[in-house]
Amino acid sequence: MARATFRIWRGNDEGGDYQDYTTEVTEGMVVLDAVHQVQAESANDLAVRWNCKAGKCGSCSAEVNGHPKLMCMTRLNSLNLDEPVTIEPMKAFPTVRDLVTDVSWNYEVKKRIKPFTPRPPDAEDGTWRMQQSDAERVQEFRKCIECFLCQDVCHVLRDHRLHHEFIGPRFFVYSAALEMNPLDTADRTEELANDFGVGYCNITKCCTKVCPEEITITDNAIIPLKERVVDKLYDPLSRLLRVFRS
Amino acid sequence: MDYQTFEHDVLVIGAGGAGLRAAVEASAAGVSVGLVCKSLLGKAHTVMAEGGMAAALGNVDDRDSWQTHFADTMRGGQYLNNWRMAELHAKEAPDRVRELEAWGAVFDRTRDGRILQRNFGGHKYPRLAHVGDRTGLEMIRTLQDHGVHQGIDVHMECTVVELLKDGERVVGAFGYDRERGRFRLFKAKAVVLASGGIGRAFKVTSNSWEYTGDGQALAYRAGAELIDMEFIQFHPTGMVWPPSVKGILVTEGVRGEGGVLRNSEGRRFMFDDIPDLYKHQTADSEEEGWIYTQGDKNARRPPELLTRDHVARCIVREIKEGRGSPHGGVFLDIAWIKSRLPNGAEHIRKKLPSMYHQFKQLAGIDITETPMEVGPTTHYVMGGVRVDADSQMSTVPGLFAAGEVAGGLNGANRLGGNSLSDLLVFGKRAGEYAAAFARDQQAGVVDEGQVEAVARTALEPLDRQGSGEASYQLQYELQDLMQSQVGIVRNDAELRQALDSLQRLQERVKRVEAQGNREYNSGWHTALDLRNLMPVAEAVTRSAIERQESRGAHFREDHLGKDEEWGKTTLVIRQGADGAMELRRETIPPPREDLQRIIEESQKS
Repeated sequence: MARATFRIWRGNDEGGDYQDYTTEVTEGMVVLDAVHQVQAESANDLAVRWNCKAGKCGSCSAEVNGHPKLMCMTRLNSLNLDEPVTIEPMKAFPTVRDLVTDVSWNYEVKKRIKPFTPRPPDAEDGTWRMQQSDAERVQEFRKCIECFLCQDVCHVLRDHRLHHEFIGPRFFVYSAALEMNPLDTADRTEELANDFGVGYCNITKCCTKVCPEEITITDNAIIPLKERVVDKLYDPLSRLLRVFRS
Repeated sequence: MDYQTFEHDVLVIGAGGAGLRAAVEASAAGVSVGLVCKSLLGKAHTVMAEGGMAAALGNVDDRDSWQTHFADTMRGGQYLNNWRMAELHAKEAPDRVRELEAWGAVFDRTRDGRILQRNFGGHKYPRLAHVGDRTGLEMIRTLQDHGVHQGIDVHMECTVVELLKDGERVVGAFGYDRERGRFRLFKAKAVVLASGGIGRAFKVTSNSWEYTGDGQALAYRAGAELIDMEFIQFHPTGMVWPPSVKGILVTEGVRGEGGVLRNSEGRRFMFDDIPDLYKHQTADSEEEGWIYTQGDKNARRPPELLTRDHVARCIVREIKEGRGSPHGGVFLDIAWIKSRLPNGAEHIRKKLPSMYHQFKQLAGIDITETPMEVGPTTHYVMGGVRVDADSQMSTVPGLFAAGEVAGGLNGANRLGGNSLSDLLVFGKRAGEYAAAFARDQQAGVVDEGQVEAVARTALEPLDRQGSGEASYQLQYELQDLMQSQVGIVRNDAELRQALDSLQRLQERVKRVEAQGNREYNSGWHTALDLRNLMPVAEAVTRSAIERQESRGAHFREDHLGKDEEWGKTTLVIRQGADGAMELRRETIPPPREDLQRIIEESQKS
């Protein structure tokens, strides 16, 4: 059987270093399997967050050879095993220990976004009518498994650390799902422009590239939101109207 | 001992569908709510549910009604179900589904814009409201997003080690946070268990690391009763290859959309054995089965959509008799529908997107071209904490349970789709009644001595470094043992061997050690999880020895066939005064007259 080396970052919020672990590689293995094998064989206290192991829960996000990935969906046969495989925690969030990061900021951001506010029901039995095509536009965004890889790769968060004025791709997708839901009546344009920093996104599409659910984040969510902001807040004609009205 | 103290009126342990729904309801009733999740919020196993939630909305077939849903559930559970729970479930599921839509869930639609419903095993009519094959994600996200605006205090990555009692009553819980390993004391007037299942007691399972029977064991140690623990659902279709993904679920929705099971000879072996209870409901030709899946109301369902217990056993039979697939499963073929549908490949990708990706990425297989290889995987426990049907309170005052951790709704076998609806219906009820209970109570007194003792027990594995056995190894041994001797096909000799082995293993578990420190240390966490897995495994094994018949998911090769007396009997487990496990038989009260009539009517048609 083949063996491969995994260069895993070990440490905590005060610092750390890479350590090499060699383990046996068998057919069909994914990176998370290798990490678990290392944990069972030679590093019982190696910290790794995981859950479903099928790409559905978004817990095992990390950087594999520098690429933001779900460890459970990254097969070893897609990597060059002649070189050590580097596995390290996401960079956009504080490290807790080893491969585990503190993603609590994301949960706080979500609380700030206006909740779903449906129009009155369409039918007497309290239900609504919606066409499948309308449902599908929103369903694309609702596929999101909250792995936060898009947040990790976004330079506004990763490099510029603007967590306090920018909510990141995940929450633009979340906002878009609400804004484009045909039943929703709330308006989030002001916050998107002023508090959530949609303008900081310069459409490099890094988020779209790393999304394990293949959500077209930039084109389908962020750009339409930017357009809404422009139409509503910066369109010269409606601006003029606002001036007259006030 | 250092610990942080939190006070809530209602403490909910577990944040999947049932826990979230309970927390939402209790919070809406105006009491303070704490929600403890073993993982991050929104990652619980509900997220893995694929097919849908069963509710007699009648949107696709207006012949459906709560009565039919009730009768289907009882038939699926081989009439061991708590009939009152089955009644409440069937009656209330439609409202719970519509409520999700009001909170932002976006279901697939019918042509006239209503919630779409799909076929599933054991359901007479298309009944499962769904979102492609990611219904569980939609449900958990909707509840989570709705709940965060209600002021629920969420304790993420926190595991409860023990429930705390004041006299007879449960008044709180003690646990640790995963990140730093710091202890937390939760004082509460009522506690709702919503911690899910026990899949990690077995080697091949669809469940993640979290499902170590925590709620069942916490309740048991607190003096509550468990029922029906012999009934473990082995889902017929888990992935079998590659080895690292063995056990991961392949949704029943594949069969609902027209997927068929074949053996290595290409035969649709499900036609070979159709139980009497289902003969009149099952198609007698491949053609009839196909048109059923395409919505023909006069057709009967294909045998692939028989109940999960039966399909799993047929698959095991094919494999045992040498007609399995190369990696020890059978073939599940959805690609064949391309011969019937003009845009078949696209249709498959649209209806089963996450299955398409799962196989493409993990097995390198395109399911629109190639059949999948599948085999049974430990999926769900029908038994659990015994609860009052209406209030979901256990036999211990102040302790409630909802969802998979509770027993009763599903009897000897659960129908697919009845789990998500169970979470909603009984999660809501548990939250409502726990809030009412909390309002009527004074805060209880937490026994400092008990807290100190629990904390010391929790730290023992770390204190033992270098002198005990590694937790992972002990867990592997438990899983091997349960898989091989308490699995799909059981007999007295093997079950008794298993019980002996469990008792020996228990001695070693007492000496379990964990390396390292308290920070995010899964070696330590596994050591503590073993405290829960062991009594749960024992409960399953003892109940399986006792029930000398084959019914639903419990199959005894030394007692083939159903027994009339056992059909009226449930097995109850509790901890005796001396700490040993006690097992007794109890007669199930007959259904209320009107419900009995519904059951009898359903057996005629």
